[in-house]
Amino acid sequence: MKIEALLDELFPVGHSIKNAQSILTGFGSTGKGEIAVMGTTDHLAVGVEAALILADFVLGIIKESPGRPILMLVDTQGQRLSKRDELLGINGYLAHVAKCLELARQRGHQLITLIYSEAVSGGFLAFGMMADEIHTLAEAKVRVMNLPAMARITKLPLEQLQELSSTSPSFAPGIENFIKLGGVQTVWQEPLAEQLDQVVGLKHGGDQRRRNGFMRHGRKLAYPIAQRVKEE
Amino acid sequence: MSDLSGIHRGHSYYEATARSRISKLLDSNSFRELLGPAERITSPHLESLGQPCSFNDGIIIGSGRLNDLPVLIASQEGGFMGGAVGEVHGAKLTGLLERAVDERPAAVLLLLESGGVRLHEANAGLIAISEVIRALLVTRDAGIPVLGLIGGAYGCFGGMGIVARCCDALIINEEGRLGLSGPDVIETTMGVEEFDSTDRALVWRTVGGKHRYLLGEVQCLVEDDIAAFRVAAIENIDKAQPLSLESLQQEHLALSQRLANYGQCQDGINIWEKMGIDDPQELPLMNIPSFLVVVENHVQGKL
Repeated sequence: MKIEALLDELFPVGHSIKNAQSILTGFGSTGKGEIAVMGTTDHLAVGVEAALILADFVLGIIKESPGRPILMLVDTQGQRLSKRDELLGINGYLAHVAKCLELARQRGHQLITLIYSEAVSGGFLAFGMMADEIHTLAEAKVRVMNLPAMARITKLPLEQLQELSSTSPSFAPGIENFIKLGGVQTVWQEPLAEQLDQVVGLKHGGDQRRRNGFMRHGRKLAYPIAQRVKEE
Repeated sequence: MSDLSGIHRGHSYYEATARSRISKLLDSNSFRELLGPAERITSPHLESLGQPCSFNDGIIIGSGRLNDLPVLIASQEGGFMGGAVGEVHGAKLTGLLERAVDERPAAVLLLLESGGVRLHEANAGLIAISEVIRALLVTRDAGIPVLGLIGGAYGCFGGMGIVARCCDALIINEEGRLGLSGPDVIETTMGVEEFDSTDRALVWRTVGGKHRYLLGEVQCLVEDDIAAFRVAAIENIDKAQPLSLESLQQEHLALSQRLANYGQCQDGINIWEKMGIDDPQELPLMNIPSFLVVVENHVQGKL
């Protein structure tokens, strides 16, 4: 779905979301009041500049709109791969975004993510994955890496990976797999504004992904192992 | 530079195994492992791919004492799949960080050596690293400092590079490398003209310990000696930096200034020159004590 159409669907009453260099920031009206909206579009490769703009928006919301829910709209092909970004310490810029979002959560801002196009590894990790709940559109794509590249790097035959991807949700790309693993909560159906209204204002008790992955039989070990380490 | 007199020196951190790092870093015989190899908790995903497994899934966790203070500790084993994070590996780390909130040790020490997500279980690994990031920040919010130590052969990359920069403080040796996308990943994807991963000097100028120290990203640059890491960890153990709006605004300013000052630079040497260091091309050749003296007034504001 095109970003303009998506914003109109999410906020039929209106919004003031700007798109500057494929980075979205602004506010939208929902049935539960106005919420802050930030995100990326055009499959943005997230580099140091984008990370700073996103972090700046979060810090501004914490300061000027205490407690307001934040919706993150995700469309990223991952982090920007460049020597310059590494030289500047891009991992620290992404960690900064994650820290700003965590501070927002601690101060009572609900964090909601909607993956509407692509969500890939690094760009997704420091940003959309920090949310209390993560939803997707049916046509969205979530992955770490495609299977041919994975086959090349792991030196495993592509056929073997393809075969296993039908039985194990752990490595093949796809929303269904991320749902089973607890990494994605639900797939949103239209009308999207109604779906958004249903989640705005929900309270959360910590990171639920391990438990969800366990209950959906996708990640059977993460939950019990972390519990054992915690309690033993 | 830390005073190392009276401490048993001579054990390379770079060359040590994950287990040996723990035993030489902590007070003698104080380490108690959680979910040790006898439990044989291995990765079911590697097994189904017919890959070799490890009885600790590439990470050793437990509790111990550092200078008589109680700590929780995790050590990634670069020798097993480059320390890559899978479902079990990540869950051990997340569980340890959550345990810290209940147990309230003086600090959590993370001996980081990892290429990031383990591709053989990529989706589970990605979510696991996200869980580690959240658990780490909750631990910090509870006022328990998390210290990261970096200095192994595989460096600290991918999602674990983000995890590292979420810590209260970092300690690194010259051989330690810290970044997001490894040089080989950039070369494979973007071409050798973007980043020649076989040019070791270039790699170190870009992601190596000295450059990270100059940028103010790590609190201590130490010699490649586990004893030196121990001294630095003791020095930083009570320096918790809780997240606050003020501290993050300060970090924001520093990161913005870094981008404004050095955003046009294409090589570490250009950045060091702009910092006002004379003969920047000499920095990679210097030993740690001389290096620390030369750069003393040029290190960027600590983040």
